[in-house]
Amino acid sequence: MNFFENIGINIRNWLKVFSDISSLFFATVYWSVFGVFHRKPVNFKTVFEQMVYMGLQSILIVFFVTFFTGVVIAMQLAPQFQKMGAVFYVSSMVSIAICRELGPVLTALVIAGRIGAAITAEVGSMKVNEQIEALETMGINPVRYLAVPKFLALLIMLPCLTVLGDASGMFGGYVVGVNSLHISPGLYAQTTFKFLSLKDIYTGLSKPFVFAAIISMVGIYQGLKTKGGAVGVGQATTISVVTSFILIIIADCILTGIYFFINF
Amino acid sequence: MIETNKKFISVRNLIKKFEGRIVLDNINIDIQQGETFVIVGGSGSGKSTLLRTMTGAIRPDQGEVYYDGKDIHSMEEDEMDKFRKRFGMSFQNSALLDFLSVEENVSLPLVEHTRLDQKLISIIAKMKLKLVGLQGFENYQVSQLSGGMRKRVGLARAIAMDPEIVFYDEPTAGLDPVVCAVVDQLILDLTKKLNLTSVVVTHNMESVFRIADRIGMLYKGKMLQVGTKEEIQNSTNPVIQQFIKGEINGPIHLNEDVIDR
Ligand SMILES: Nc1ncnc2c1ncn2[C@@H]1O[C@H](COP(=O)(O)OP(=O)(O)O)[C@@H](O)[C@H]1O
Ligand SMILES: [Mg+2]
Repeated sequence: MNFFENIGINIRNWLKVFSDISSLFFATVYWSVFGVFHRKPVNFKTVFEQMVYMGLQSILIVFFVTFFTGVVIAMQLAPQFQKMGAVFYVSSMVSIAICRELGPVLTALVIAGRIGAAITAEVGSMKVNEQIEALETMGINPVRYLAVPKFLALLIMLPCLTVLGDASGMFGGYVVGVNSLHISPGLYAQTTFKFLSLKDIYTGLSKPFVFAAIISMVGIYQGLKTKGGAVGVGQATTISVVTSFILIIIADCILTGIYFFINF
Repeated sequence: MIETNKKFISVRNLIKKFEGRIVLDNINIDIQQGETFVIVGGSGSGKSTLLRTMTGAIRPDQGEVYYDGKDIHSMEEDEMDKFRKRFGMSFQNSALLDFLSVEENVSLPLVEHTRLDQKLISIIAKMKLKLVGLQGFENYQVSQLSGGMRKRVGLARAIAMDPEIVFYDEPTAGLDPVVCAVVDQLILDLTKKLNLTSVVVTHNMESVFRIADRIGMLYKGKMLQVGTKEEIQNSTNPVIQQFIKGEINGPIHLNEDVIDR
């Protein structure tokens, strides 16, 4: 097998994965919206349970990661702005970096590692223990029964967690700015929002919807594809997280590109 | 016990390959209403695969599976889903959903497929649990149950929708001899009480002779012989003789059945 054949096969595999995940996505959206017409409406109790599991228990880790990112950005930027004698601009830079980019992306990556992995592990072990097959044999569509609640729950929770991530990132910058750079709290707060446009916020907050779809769909897809016992579940979980990471970064790049070129 | 002579389930020229390897090789079976048909064979002989093609969980490469003259594999997925409500299935590993309680597991098909209200569903679930001797265990988590109890909850779930046909994949695998006999008795009772047609897959010969009306011997993906207990016991086929007697020497070699799923 030569080099180019290899690349060809790889590209074909990726395209296959991509098209499979897309059709899973359409099936999930279909059941989320049109389930009612099949007398199979979304079970909001399950969605709520999933939201609690995904959301509440991720608050601390999201806070932790974004807070310290805010701290680090502020410390990294401070010397440059100090040289220019405009140290209070640190706050604008922190808020722009966090709201546009780092808040949404870091939160999504944390959640992909935490929730995406958990989704794959759960669905994957259901697959290897015949539970998925049991659902199918009972005439229960696994996409509707398993994927829809997880998809909806993450679609709601990831934007919320991103808001939290944005806030705690900016708070991290604030702590550095006020305590070690001796910017007055009032001035810091004022400068924070000086250059932050509405567009930064809503473009930043539109991304988590896409990321949530990526994480839940990749997680469920890899789970449903699992085979080969406990080892298989482990491998599927790893692949799920890696795939989510890559797709999140690619999606982020594409979305940022779209927002960059299209003004609205 | 066989009430009509009508062919109820007919498997015709069934061929299934996995990655080019033939796992089911031209299988033909006819099962009659009300009978307990047992498929025996070593690990990896294709028993579970045969059952899966019969329930529509996987599609065969060739061949048909008829119920009352209708081939499920020429149906669309939707139509097959409706058809599947006539089946109950008890799985090799029980396959209970471990995030649900015992009662929720048994009620699941009812919750999903009927418009009965919650109270009625709960009553039906309790009744089914009673049939398998598990009254009082409604609120247990699946992880709290022993293997034999899980199998029985699986049975209760399989009969929750009052199916016509119940498929059992190794209902007694991994159980101690006493529990094994209990489960066998349960299968017999349920089949009679609920007027079911049962298709049982197993490699436990004791079970086979306890429950079977007719037996089909599967070996390397081929149906070697179908017959009554006596016919199988008196078979002249050396493979069948070796298998039912559990002898080491004979045409069956160990390295052929290392893969058990
Ligand atoms: N999904 C699958 N993919 C590939 N091979 C499979 C699959 N399912 C079963 N097989 C293979 O088919 C053969 C028969 O398996 P199975 O029907 O599970 O046997 P049994 O239930 O009799 O132990 C085995 O060799 C097994 O490895
Ligand atoms: Mg098997």
